[in-house]
Amino acid sequence: MPEPRVSPAGDGAVAATGAGGAMDLATSEGAARERGPEGPPVPRGTAPGDAGPGGGGPVGRPRGLWADAWRDLRRDPVFVVSALVIVFLVVIAVRPSLIAGGNPLSCDLGRAQEGARPGHPFGFTAQGCDVYTRTVYGARTSVVVGVLASLGVALIGSVLGGLAGFFGGFWDAALSRVTDIFFGIPVVLGGLVLLSVVTSSTVWPVIGFMVLLTWPQLSRIARGSVLSVKQNDFVQAARALGASSTRLLLRHILPNAVAPVIVVATIALSTFIALEATLSYLGVGLKPPAVSWGIDISNASPYIRNSPHMLLWPAGALAVTVLAFIMLGDVVRDALDPKLR
Amino acid sequence: MGRYVTRRLLQMIPVFVGTTLLIFLMVHVMGDPVAGLCGERQCDPATEARLRQEFGLDQPVWRQYLTYMGNVFSGDFGTAFNGQRVIDLMATAFPVTLRLTLVAVVLEIVIGITLGVVTGLRRGRPVDTSVLLLTLMAVSVPIFVTGLLAQLLLGVEWRLVPPAVSAAAPLDELIVPGLVLASVSLAYVTRLTRTSVAENARADYVRTAVAKGLPRHRVITRHLLRNSLIPVVTFIGTDVGALMGGAIVTERIFNIHGVGFQLYQGILRQNTQTVVGFVTVLVIVFLLANLLVDVVYAVLDPRIRHA
Amino acid sequence: MALLEVTGLHVEFRTRDGTVPAVSGVSYRVDAGETLAVLGESGSGKSVTAQAVMGILDSPPGRITAGRVLFRGQDLLTLKEERRRRIRGAEMAMIFQDALSALNPVLTVGAQLGEMFTVHRGMSRKAARAEAVRLMDRVGIPAAKDRAGDYPHQFSGGMRQRIMIAMALALEPALIIADEPTTALDVTVQAQVMDLLAELRRELAMGLVLITHDLGVVADVADRIVVMYAGRIVESAPVRDIYRRPAHPYTEGLLESVPRVDRKGRELYAIKGLPPNPRRIPPGCAFHPRCPRAREVCRTEVPPQFEVAPERTSACFFWRETPGGTGAPDGTEMRGGTEMPGGTETPGGTRAPGGTEEGDG
Repeated sequence: MPEPRVSPAGDGAVAATGAGGAMDLATSEGAARERGPEGPPVPRGTAPGDAGPGGGGPVGRPRGLWADAWRDLRRDPVFVVSALVIVFLVVIAVRPSLIAGGNPLSCDLGRAQEGARPGHPFGFTAQGCDVYTRTVYGARTSVVVGVLASLGVALIGSVLGGLAGFFGGFWDAALSRVTDIFFGIPVVLGGLVLLSVVTSSTVWPVIGFMVLLTWPQLSRIARGSVLSVKQNDFVQAARALGASSTRLLLRHILPNAVAPVIVVATIALSTFIALEATLSYLGVGLKPPAVSWGIDISNASPYIRNSPHMLLWPAGALAVTVLAFIMLGDVVRDALDPKLR
Repeated sequence: MGRYVTRRLLQMIPVFVGTTLLIFLMVHVMGDPVAGLCGERQCDPATEARLRQEFGLDQPVWRQYLTYMGNVFSGDFGTAFNGQRVIDLMATAFPVTLRLTLVAVVLEIVIGITLGVVTGLRRGRPVDTSVLLLTLMAVSVPIFVTGLLAQLLLGVEWRLVPPAVSAAAPLDELIVPGLVLASVSLAYVTRLTRTSVAENARADYVRTAVAKGLPRHRVITRHLLRNSLIPVVTFIGTDVGALMGGAIVTERIFNIHGVGFQLYQGILRQNTQTVVGFVTVLVIVFLLANLLVDVVYAVLDPRIRHA
Repeated sequence: MALLEVTGLHVEFRTRDGTVPAVSGVSYRVDAGETLAVLGESGSGKSVTAQAVMGILDSPPGRITAGRVLFRGQDLLTLKEERRRRIRGAEMAMIFQDALSALNPVLTVGAQLGEMFTVHRGMSRKAARAEAVRLMDRVGIPAAKDRAGDYPHQFSGGMRQRIMIAMALALEPALIIADEPTTALDVTVQAQVMDLLAELRRELAMGLVLITHDLGVVADVADRIVVMYAGRIVESAPVRDIYRRPAHPYTEGLLESVPRVDRKGRELYAIKGLPPNPRRIPPGCAFHPRCPRAREVCRTEVPPQFEVAPERTSACFFWRETPGGTGAPDGTEMRGGTEMPGGTETPGGTRAPGGTEEGDG
């Protein structure tokens, strides 16, 4: 999801713009997701299922929720496939040399644009670098940027959003206004402006910018989640029994409110990966000698007609990676959505 | 209704100020505006000092912001790097991007809603599954890749459309770029419509409509769709602003000289006036689109109107 | 000829975890001008039966696997959808439980009422609108003319249910199916709405199928009652007989568990156990795990419908041991001050519903 509004990309995970709309998407889509023909097993009106035990409250006990989710997930082929892809990506991000022996930065201009040949299954780039090696090493950048940006956003967003939701009042109102302001700035645009002055070739400025511009989305999710958990009787009961705010937050609210944040952060991860590639493509994200799919796609685009392989391999890797994280987020959301159980 | 709109307008003012201030600050961080003004050459100190004073750059940032906003509201957006007035750049750039956005939104509405309704009513059937797969692909392939591939296949290999859009950017040349620009949103409109239709199809009032003996097409168009499209309209509305701001990548691929192109140039050349001016207008467009969404929302859903 | 005759209806739901039977061989009939109450807990299949009759069953997952639904002599289940559609709303109509969700939130009530006339009668919008106002007036909505332009959420619960009733009565159908029409309402409003429904039914001489779990409602308006349990009919009888002398242990239990003034201070009777999960309906008589009269045969064999008396059946092997079977009057206390919630009359009392006072055998 390259364009500035990261909004729809991550199922509204990181809605750069469409506050309401994208958020609705994130929540409502989950509600009626691919349950397909199995549908709800109960006819409306009368519910034969009513009789059955385990109707389940809106928010289950944390352990039950997670255990149920895990049981569902293990049996879901989409989860298994996307999880395997992600594990593979993480492994080659940590040790790319496991499957790629070469050096991504060693290039031989004499072999520029050459196609596939033994030992070099993906061919060569315009600078004569090995496309296979570069594609493998590119995973590291994407995974690092995606994971760190998601963690950062989740941490900052949920702390600020959670506290605002829990305590309400002035800080809550202030946070809402700040969130509105950030929603007004298209993310790619902000990236262009902020990153155009950066000369560093590390991933840190890119991650920093992503966290800076997208934490409000996560804070909104966290705030909403805390607000809805706060309404629950068990929280009121704990409060009535004299539990301190800290205890309420950590022991009663946190375990129940954290699920939506995790789901949205997972989906946002795919958004960040696509965003990094987009910014690198525009020339303001990572800069050589960093190895990034976005840089490679950008470099390959002038030659797309004669040597499409230079573009297709990193683009394919990027698409598969983004898809894996989107699907993971999707199935995790379905599994954690108490409305569906 | 009038009060509702007024209230929304008032709520927008702090957001507008905050967003433009934030952009202003970001651009301020971006670099020295004077350096950009002299083009590639180094300014001589005397000129630089004169320029600084002329642009009020010796003032504190908040004064600069106020001055700038004052100018903006009197129609003065400043001067671009090549001496052109920013407002003139806008006059050529915005119509182009507006057309591109229009094409994208129309495609979103026509294709996205149609696919969404069809799949929403046929959940689990082959057509549903294949459309879902398509939307997943559209979402996971970044737009710059989609754009490059579309350009390669449709423009270069099969010669169905010109690979680059001409300067006038007529509507027919914008169809493929518009489709590329819309592709991700299109997938989302499809999925959102599908979910919404499928959910509402089980709603009690739809069952009532069937029990009233209404023909199927009437049940769908008058009862089911009207309710199902409320969230979709919201999404598309907020997406208008996002698409306009987001056209940078698409415009770059297809060489369209619209807002994204000018912004990109402005950023490359570190021209503060261009960047802040364009972004300010984009923010206004975004906020107006949101207002429009709120109004449409209220029209579609009487529960909001009377709240 | 009966107005509506349901014979051997079977409905099942196909779910991910297998097929769930919702209705297993239900038969009942309603004559013109008669009120039949279908009594049962949620999950007993009473609403599903009604949806199958109306032809608004969700399918999938619901599916009618056997049975006939004769309406004025023709089998609705074999009709083409277009023919059925023309019958729906015009000749048979349905009133739903929760009017707030059953009315379309984004259309004015005037439009929703008028739609009946434009679609079925081909009236102009203006004429349909006038009809809508007339209907609203008739069901007792004050300032009907002004309120026709309002949306459902702007009405109170009772008023919304009146609109629901107006919609069902719009084309003066021969049969009305009311699915828990007063359950979602406050107790005071319940009586008003029920009175309105009964009054209009009498005026228009319609057949009424009243689906409910509320014994009090039934006592006042019904002519006959069928009691459903786990997708089957367990007892079917004229209303007075069933209150005086239930012929099935489940009905007995239901009656016993109604709070009564004359038993004040005593512990309230409750049927032991829970209604069965439709996925695991007990073999034999579905009620046997909860039945005080259950014996060995109840665990293995499904009881057929025994004819207790003319117009009376019971699906209990041991119906002869029930008050309805022994023929012994169960004593005046049973009939006496049975104070039903929402009801104003004792069930065994003299006020027969619908004015169809017939000789008390």
